[in-house]
Amino acid sequence: MTARTIRTVAAAVTAATLLAGATACSTPSDGKDGGTEALVVGIANEPETLNPLLGYGKDGNSKIFEGLLRHDAGMRLVPALAAALPKVTDDGRTYTYTLRRGVTFSDGEPLTADDVVFTYRTILDKKTNNPSKGELDAIESVRAKGDDTVVFTLKYPYAAFAERTVLPIAPEHVAGGQNVNTGPFNTAPVGTGPYMLTHWSKGEKISFKANPHYWGGTPKVKKLTMAIIKDDDMRATRLRSGDLDGAILPPNLAKTFAKDKSKRTITAKTTDFRAVTLPTDNEVTGDTAVRRALDLAVDRRAMVAAILEGAGTEAYGPVPGGSRWFAKGTERANDLAKAQRILDEAGWKPGEDGVREKEGQPAAFTLWYPSGDKLRQEHALAFAADARKAGIKATVQSGTWEVIEPRMKNDAVLAGGGNPADPDFDLYNLLHSSLAGDGFNNMARYANADVDRALEEGRRSGDQDERKRAYDTVQRELADDPGYVFLTHVDHRYVMRDDWDGPSTQVEPHDHGLGAGPWWNVEDWAPKK
Amino acid sequence: MARMAGRRLLFAVPVLAAVTFGVFAIAAASPFDPAHAYAGSAGLSAGQDTLDQLRANLHADDPFTVRWWRWLTAALHGDLGDSSALRQPVSQVIGERVGWSVLLCAVAFTLALVLGTLLGVLAARRRGGLLDRAVTGAAYALEAAPPFWIGLLAVWFFALRLGVLPAGGLTDTGSDVVTADQVARHLVLPAAVLAVSQLPWFVLYVRQGVGDALEEDPVRGARARGLSEHTVLLRHALRSGLLPVLTLVGSRVPELITGALLVETVFSWPGIASATVEAATSVDFPLLAALTVLATAAVLAGNLLSDLLYGLADPRVGFDG
Repeated sequence: MTARTIRTVAAAVTAATLLAGATACSTPSDGKDGGTEALVVGIANEPETLNPLLGYGKDGNSKIFEGLLRHDAGMRLVPALAAALPKVTDDGRTYTYTLRRGVTFSDGEPLTADDVVFTYRTILDKKTNNPSKGELDAIESVRAKGDDTVVFTLKYPYAAFAERTVLPIAPEHVAGGQNVNTGPFNTAPVGTGPYMLTHWSKGEKISFKANPHYWGGTPKVKKLTMAIIKDDDMRATRLRSGDLDGAILPPNLAKTFAKDKSKRTITAKTTDFRAVTLPTDNEVTGDTAVRRALDLAVDRRAMVAAILEGAGTEAYGPVPGGSRWFAKGTERANDLAKAQRILDEAGWKPGEDGVREKEGQPAAFTLWYPSGDKLRQEHALAFAADARKAGIKATVQSGTWEVIEPRMKNDAVLAGGGNPADPDFDLYNLLHSSLAGDGFNNMARYANADVDRALEEGRRSGDQDERKRAYDTVQRELADDPGYVFLTHVDHRYVMRDDWDGPSTQVEPHDHGLGAGPWWNVEDWAPKK
Repeated sequence: MARMAGRRLLFAVPVLAAVTFGVFAIAAASPFDPAHAYAGSAGLSAGQDTLDQLRANLHADDPFTVRWWRWLTAALHGDLGDSSALRQPVSQVIGERVGWSVLLCAVAFTLALVLGTLLGVLAARRRGGLLDRAVTGAAYALEAAPPFWIGLLAVWFFALRLGVLPAGGLTDTGSDVVTADQVARHLVLPAAVLAVSQLPWFVLYVRQGVGDALEEDPVRGARARGLSEHTVLLRHALRSGLLPVLTLVGSRVPELITGALLVETVFSWPGIASATVEAATSVDFPLLAALTVLATAAVLAGNLLSDLLYGLADPRVGFDG
C-alpha cells in the first residue's frame, strides 16, 4: 500500500464512521412539531429518576403518573385514581380506597387494584432502591379486594397516612417482572397521567406530549418540555431570548423582568424553611439558655429583607405563619436585650474579645453549610453575625454532606426542608427523640418528653381539633426550648409568558422539581384567546 | 504489520485491566458516598434504615478490590453491569450516547486536520512572512486557551450577542424530534470549538514539517531542475513534510477525548461526557469503569493507527520488532 491509498482508506473510514454515528443516533421522528400549544419551562433540578417505584412524584403532581389522591390548589386532598377519599376504620388503622372506573394506562390497559398493590409492595421491598420508602413505614400490609378496592392496614393509627397516597401508581403489566432499579421501565415509563414521556435527554431536557386517552380529558397544552438549566443566569437569558416560556428564578433575576409586559411574575408561598440545628449533645448549643438566647438574637425580618429581597417570611418553626396549623402567639420578635439577660442569668459571663464564658467553656460552636449553596451561606453568615451580638461565637464553615454528616452530632448545620402536606411530616422527623441522629432525621438530636407525647397524639388522632391542639403544644414547646433556630421560609419565584389561562400556585415544598411551580396543573390550562 | 497489531492488542489487555483497577481504587478513595449520591435530595430526609438498606443494595461497603473483580469477571462475560447514577444498564447508557460523541469528535477532528494542514502549508511556504506570523501567533495563543473557555466565549458571541446559533443541546429546546438539519445546526458550535482547540497542534506540526522539507536537498534539487513551485510543493515537500502529522493523529486522541468532555458539558451535548461526569461524582463504579475502558481503548487504537500509518507511508521506519 502506498501513502495515497492509505489516505483514501483513512478518508473512507472517517466517512463511514460519520455515517454510522449519524444513523446509529437518529431516533424515529413522529413528524409533528409543537405549535402554539407548546410550553417550554426552565427548571434548576433534574429528577434522579422518572420511575415512581424509585421515588419520582412521591409528593404528587407527576405529569406521567397519578396517585390514588392528589392535592388541589389549596393543598386539600381530592380523589384522583380513587373514586373518593378513603374510608378510615379500625381507629385509624385501616384505609380503604375504591378505584375510579374506566381509567386506563397510556398503553390502553385498564388500571386495577393489583397495580396499586404492586406499586406499594414494590416500593416497600428491601431490594428496591427507593430512598423515600421510609415515608411508608406505617404500612403493615396492602391488599386488593376484588378489582377495584385496595385496603391498607397500618402498624399504628396514622392520621396523615392519606397524604402519602398521592404517590404515583405504576402498571404491573409493564413494570413487573424486570429489575426495578435498572429495568427498561426507568427510561420508558407508562402511567395514567395527563402526559406521556416522549424523550428524556439527561442533563438537557425532558419532553412530554398530551395523553389523548387521559380520563380527565386531553390537556390543551399539547406539548410540554422541561429544560434542565442549572445556572440561574443562563435560565434568565434563555427566558429573555424566547427559548423558554417560563422559568424558576432567584428574586434578583426575577426583578429584571418586572417591566416586561409580555411576562408575569408569580410568587409561590412555601413551607421551605432554613434553620440552624442546635445539637443537644454540644455543651454550648445543648444549654437551654443558649438556645433561647440565639432564638431571640436572630433578626429574621432583616434576613427576609436582605437575603431573600422580601420573597419570603420569617420562620418560627417548620409550620409557616400562613398555615392553618400554625400556633398563633408563638412568633418571637428580635430581642437582643432579652437574649443577653437570659445568658447573664444562666452564668454565661462576657469574656475576652466579647465571647461569653461559663466555667471555662467559651460560648462558641461551629456552623456548617453545604458548599455551593449561596442562600444557605448567606443565612449562616447572618446568623453568626446576630449570635455574635449576643456574645456567642458561631464559626461558619462549608463542606459537602460527606464532610458534614459525621459532625452533625456536635456541630450546628444550616438545614433546610419542608413538606406542606401535613405537619406530621416535618415535625415528627425533626423533633421526635426516637429519631435522634437517625440519618438526616432529627439532626439536632432534640429530646423533649412533652414534644414526643404531643407528636404521637397528633399522629394518631383522627380528630382535627385534637391534632391542632397537639401541634400547638409542639410549637409552643419549641419556642421555650428551641432545638433549632428557624430563620426563614423561602418563597419560590417564577417568571412566565402571559399566554395562558389557568396558572396558579400551591404551597410548595422544599424540593421543587417537575411537580412544583405554576405548571403544577398545566393539564388544566388553555391558551388565551 | 499484522504481528505488530497483534502484539499491541495483546498488550492492551493488561493495560485495560490495570486502568480499571486504578479507577476503582481512586473512586473508592474519593470523599463521595455512593449511597448518598444515589439518593440525591431524597437522601437528605431519609432515615438510617433506608440509607443502610440502600448501602447494602448498592454493595457500597464492599472493598473496592472485590467490586473490581466482580465487575471485571462480569464484563468478560459481556455484562457491563448497571449504572446506579442513571438507573439503566451501562451498555444502554453507552449505546444511547457514544454515537453523538463519535459524531462530534469525528467532525471536529476532520475539521482540525483539514484546516490545520491547509494553514500549516500556507504558513510554511513563506516562513517569517505576515501570514506565517499571524497563523503561528494565533496557534500559540489557542494552544494555551482551555476548550471550555473558548466554548463559553463562543456561546456568548454567537448565541447571545448575534443570536445566530443555538447555545446548546442536540435540538431546539421546544422540540424533541431529532432531525438532521437541527442536529447539523446544533453541531456547528461545539464541533467548531473542539476543532479550534485541536487546530494549533496540526498547524504547528505541518508548518514545521513542510518548512523543513522545503529546505531539504531533494526539494532544492527539484527546484534546480526547474520544476514548477506547485509540483515541488505537492510532490516533494508535502510527502515528507506531512509524515510527522501522522504520528500526531494518534497522539491527539486523548486530548480530543478530554476536550470533548469539556465541550459537551458546556454545550449540553448528550454524549458520553455528561455521563462520565455524573458517573464520577456519584461513584458509579460500573459506568465509570466502562467509560474508562472505552477511552483507554480509543487512545491505544489511536496510537496503533498512527504507527501503522507511519510505517506504511515511510518504508524506512518499518514496524517495531
